[in-house]
Amino acid sequence: MTVKVRTGRAVRERVGALGEVAGERLVSILSPILLLVLWEGAGRFGLLDVRFFPPPTAIAQAFPTLLASGELWDDTLVSLGRIAIGFLIGAVPGLVLGLAMGLSRYLRAALNPMVGALYPIPKSAILPLLILVFGTGEASKYAIVASGVFFLVLLNTVAGVLSIEPVYLDVGRNFGAGRLQTFLTVALPGALPLVFTGIRLAWGTALILIVVGEIFVSRSGLGYLINNSYQTFQVEKMYAGLIVLSAIGYLSFLLLDELQRWLIPWRGARAV
Amino acid sequence: MRFSLRGRALVALEDVNLQVRDREFCCIVGPSGCGKTTLLRILAGLERQTAGELHIEVRDPTKPLTAMVFQEQSIFPWMTVEDNVGYGLRMRGVHPTVRRRVVDHYLAKVGLAPFARAYPHQLSGGMKQRASVARAFATDPEILLMDEPFASVDEQTRALLQEELLRVWEGDRKTVVYITHSIDEALVLGDRVVVMSARPGHVKAEIPVTLPRPRSVYELKSTAEFSELVAKVWEPLRREVLTSYAVLAS
Repeated sequence: MTVKVRTGRAVRERVGALGEVAGERLVSILSPILLLVLWEGAGRFGLLDVRFFPPPTAIAQAFPTLLASGELWDDTLVSLGRIAIGFLIGAVPGLVLGLAMGLSRYLRAALNPMVGALYPIPKSAILPLLILVFGTGEASKYAIVASGVFFLVLLNTVAGVLSIEPVYLDVGRNFGAGRLQTFLTVALPGALPLVFTGIRLAWGTALILIVVGEIFVSRSGLGYLINNSYQTFQVEKMYAGLIVLSAIGYLSFLLLDELQRWLIPWRGARAV
Repeated sequence: MRFSLRGRALVALEDVNLQVRDREFCCIVGPSGCGKTTLLRILAGLERQTAGELHIEVRDPTKPLTAMVFQEQSIFPWMTVEDNVGYGLRMRGVHPTVRRRVVDHYLAKVGLAPFARAYPHQLSGGMKQRASVARAFATDPEILLMDEPFASVDEQTRALLQEELLRVWEGDRKTVVYITHSIDEALVLGDRVVVMSARPGHVKAEIPVTLPRPRSVYELKSTAEFSELVAKVWEPLRREVLTSYAVLAS
């Protein structure tokens, strides 16, 4: 019996795979363009109600006026500022308390019931309470963002510390690391990947909560812009607000990916 | 020695009477669960024996007592290879210039010099264990402890790692306590093979390894002397392995 192996086909498959990658890219670029064309056409031929779904060209026309009046720009900056401040107010205590709870089983036992009870409450549900406590000014906006961010950073930080393989703590002890050294060289870097996962989740939640806060009680910000456009039936303006929110979300996650690559280089190129 | 496990007292070791000489390469073999790792962890200061005595004669009090090479992947994923190898030195406050020199020396010895700035996720399993061995040697401890360091790499890599370890050790001649499942490995590396009993572990037999050094792993295994030694170790070990099965079954 003889066995014959030909490699010609395998080589052709590799070429095919390269072609597939280019094909995938092309499809990814073409599909949204196709959708916009369909949307535009459907609006023009009366298949879509343009009162609710104004064609893309009409939305695009709303941008120059919004930008010229400074309205869109101002509202975007106001919202970003609120997210940033609320995020810091929630994330820093979440990180510190999370590390402490991860390292101390007694602190964990003491605080877990409260965290377990408070975390599942949708943060939009406590907005009325926050308005009662902090008023209708900026503070209630910071508070709603912070309330969502805090729990996500806290829970992921605790999980991060607990996920550290015990052997790494053994290495620290065997090679003579003290308490502070163990914290800095083992606990903190070991927890960092999950801490970062918490930060990503918290950022997404912050975007949701700021819009909720601004829709309910605000005279500024993207949430206000969207809600106000809806009440005055300026649907194109409302869509402009949505597009800006989408862009903020997309760009901020690109930035977070970059930050992760820089902070956690041992994770390799792939982000989680 | 008694060792507590999840609230249930479990006698892991009993009447272990073992003496390791200065600069000796001592290999310990025994059935699974006989307490080999517990013994090593007591030596490493990671567990404490409930009874009995541990006596280590210190030649140089400025040196660390032990440095361990762990069985599982134990080099920090968040540090580069060179930072991992220099970890023990850094923890003991060794001056960066001195540290640099020692780290470079051992990186070269285990063939990792080109990977000094790489992170562990870029390395193969064998390379990670090389880094772990280099980290332990770099601290220059009184005793090197190794817990089946090459158990999880493929056979060819294991043979290479054993030869490298022998080369590094022959340069330094540190006291080594080396745990393994493999009789071959114990004989290739050791000056003496200690056979431990089934749990609760105690020393069952001690076989001096008379094979000349420097040793070459594959050549050594084909000699008649080696085969005789394998038989000598296997005879007491076989009985203990069977006993440990009986204990598990009951």
